[in-house]
Amino acid sequence: MIHALFIINRSGGLIYHKNFSQHIVQLSSNEALIFAGTFHGIHALASKISPAPKRDTPRDTGIQTIDTKNFRMHCFQTPTGIKFIAVTDLMQTQLTGALGKMYMLYCDYALKNPFYNLEMPIRSEMFDTKLLQLVQAH
Amino acid sequence: MEKQYKTIGEDAWKNNVEKVNAELFIFTYGSLVVQLVKDYEDYAAVNKQLDKMGYNIGVRLVDDIMARTSLERCSGFTATAEVISKVGFKLFLNVAPSVASWSADGKEFSLIVDDNPLNDFCELPPKAVQDGLWYSNVLCGVIRGALEMMQMQTEVEFVRDVLRGDDTSEIRVRLLRMLDEEVPASDD
Repeated sequence: MIHALFIINRSGGLIYHKNFSQHIVQLSSNEALIFAGTFHGIHALASKISPAPKRDTPRDTGIQTIDTKNFRMHCFQTPTGIKFIAVTDLMQTQLTGALGKMYMLYCDYALKNPFYNLEMPIRSEMFDTKLLQLVQAH
Repeated sequence: MEKQYKTIGEDAWKNNVEKVNAELFIFTYGSLVVQLVKDYEDYAAVNKQLDKMGYNIGVRLVDDIMARTSLERCSGFTATAEVISKVGFKLFLNVAPSVASWSADGKEFSLIVDDNPLNDFCELPPKAVQDGLWYSNVLCGVIRGALEMMQMQTEVEFVRDVLRGDDTSEIRVRLLRMLDEEVPASDD
């Protein structure tokens, strides 16, 4: 199951944060922002320290999952540099499909909304609703 | 490789894209241009405005392509050109302009748009032709905006347009430079 979702913009700013279960502590908005910034930095570093052997091998895409004893964190970065980060239980080995669908929701309900400013926090009821449906159906 | 992009584009267009009535779309665009012409009374300013609008569309639309297809990072600018034509144009306008006239350094190419849907039903008044209106200039902005989000700074312009009496429509795309991959952390 998906416990929480973070969306981080190209410059490491948190543009969306939502908890979907009671099993997870609600971070304060400050903590969430710090998490986003820190993760963004580590993600960038991770792709730097990747020992890519040859010139023509594609660049490393950075961190994809982080495992702990109790949960797993999945990160999906779009080619435009937006990161979708989901916190799930350990049963969830692969989340690319669901994160891809979230990306589509982001396109449809944030980007295509003419009143949404790029790189700014997403405040859209429709996005919330659709996302919740997706998480519950998952 | 080229073939593969064609399949990706066609698949996404068939299965993953909502369609609207083409005439509604064309007329909406037409009235937009006409309104701009009335407001600015200067065709050069209209071109500029269309390009700006396109840019704002492009920076958002590029994510739509990426979300609906499973494209890998392009291996080079040649691949980028193919994606613009076979996937980008295909997905939103259902045409696939041919890529032609590469410059020697591989940083410049042309998109030959034989059947630009925006042109349907449109005839430019002689004054507009004479003063240099590029009717579909919005497309240049879209390409420029989309590529900028993929870290490529480009210049995009129309060089020929059937509406202006040329035998075909041609959009020239020029790669200026690759922008830095990640935004560097600020030092303060």
